[in-house]
Amino acid sequence: MITKKIYLYFPKSETEKPIVYQLVKDYNLIVNIFRAKVTPEEEGYLSLEVTGSQEDITRAFAFLGTFDVVIHAGNKGVHWDENRCVHCGACVVHCPPGALTIVDQGTRTVTFNEDRCIECLACIAACPFGACSSAF
Amino acid sequence: MTKTYAEINEKIASGKAVVLTAEEVIAYVDKHGLENAAREVDVVTTATFGPMCSSGCFLNFGHSTPKMRISEAWINDVMAYCGIAAVDVYIGATQLRHNDPANMYHPGEFRYGGGHVIEDLVAGKKVQLFGLSYGTDDYPRREIRTMFDINDLNQAIMVNPRNCYQNYNVAVNVSDKRIYTYLGILRAKMRNMTYCSAGQLAPLLNDPYYATIGVGTSVWLAGARGIVYAQGTQHCSLVERGDNGVPVEGAGTLALTADMKEMRPEFVRGASFRGYGVSLALGVGIPIPILNPEILRRTTVRDRDIQASVIDYSTDYPEKTGKVLGRFTYEELRSGTVELMGKKIPVTSLSSYSKALKICNLLKSEIEDGHFLLSEPSQRLPLNQGMKSLTITGAAR
Repeated sequence: MITKKIYLYFPKSETEKPIVYQLVKDYNLIVNIFRAKVTPEEEGYLSLEVTGSQEDITRAFAFLGTFDVVIHAGNKGVHWDENRCVHCGACVVHCPPGALTIVDQGTRTVTFNEDRCIECLACIAACPFGACSSAF
Repeated sequence: MTKTYAEINEKIASGKAVVLTAEEVIAYVDKHGLENAAREVDVVTTATFGPMCSSGCFLNFGHSTPKMRISEAWINDVMAYCGIAAVDVYIGATQLRHNDPANMYHPGEFRYGGGHVIEDLVAGKKVQLFGLSYGTDDYPRREIRTMFDINDLNQAIMVNPRNCYQNYNVAVNVSDKRIYTYLGILRAKMRNMTYCSAGQLAPLLNDPYYATIGVGTSVWLAGARGIVYAQGTQHCSLVERGDNGVPVEGAGTLALTADMKEMRPEFVRGASFRGYGVSLALGVGIPIPILNPEILRRTTVRDRDIQASVIDYSTDYPEKTGKVLGRFTYEELRSGTVELMGKKIPVTSLSSYSKALKICNLLKSEIEDGHFLLSEPSQRLPLNQGMKSLTITGAAR
């Protein structure tokens, strides 16, 4: 079993289709949705984690490829801009899964571990410098 | 064993000065002893990087044809003060953008304001000037709208009435409701704690009695050569100090100025505090000349020797009760967790130690390379000065 984080963009033409349902039913994937905004007749975004066998995940990605859906592997829902970050660390306490941390106590620089991010968006309000942003 | 400013500057000019950062000097003095180190070390570099609300800049646009005496102006929709000569304006860091809803929908986002205009100017970005005037015989133009960047200006001079607070409050929220402050978001029931100081790197914590930092001291302001032009507003040296003379609360402040055209964008950053407002974070470096062993000893102050006071920002701060909930050293605060009133509280900072350390090293290189000479203050900062409160006496009849 492997887990992959994906971020999908749905153009207007594909927002009516129950894609997540099929990921579960036809491809045996365990789906953990972080954030979704898919409304009829509009474009939409979906940020989720899928767990399954490598084979099922590969088949599922091929299935997604048959739609007009843009697939981004990895965390693209929340972006941390290293150049905007001043490394004050104000975000650290507001990040529940510990994706934003100060690892080296000597240099005291902030790092962002994308894999741990659950897209709660608390960092966006906590950062005075606009270093964290959301794709949607 | 004493040295003079002239002797130290001679060594700097000939590229022979021994310069250490406020962090390096601690171990150096431990190893070599105070007297030896005072002979060898010429300069210790100190620095800080954090939000400094009392910042702003004077801009001179030059004259359009026909001429205009600008009486109201907005830069990228942020209002600038025009109650000075014709095409001079002052834009302050905390000014909100026109039509910003502020805290009407609480907590406000405050995405753009004076601090961001200053950041954009230093970054060389094009910004928009909109100006109005009532028109005079010698300045007939009544309206102006144009794009400009910092290179189009005759002068862009940063003038900050209060920077580099010697020490600062540590904030918590004892109430049962989340609050939004200039020290960040404070969760209810003391579920987090914030501080804002570079601790052992901070300029005035390394010179607690203002022996070398005074009016006329050369400073590194966001990469530009600047100067301390006055005591900072709210400079209040008459405060409680630890056994080592280091204040345990705000205390001294500096008024700084420098040419914005020489600044580096990395160290001039607009800031948005949710529910509070906009500000400007600045990087400041100040060299301390090692004139004698006593001055050197003060620069060896460590995070574990510097205490800061915890204040409740839900009641005691706004109501000015003066109550202090506890004291912690910066070593304890930097550890990430402290225990207060029987509760373990996570601690974070609004000041960037990493940027402050970078500034200490940048200033060190500039001095080692002979590019940055020290200046002797023409006036010392007041040592026995308190701070007044504002008494509300009612309106004039």
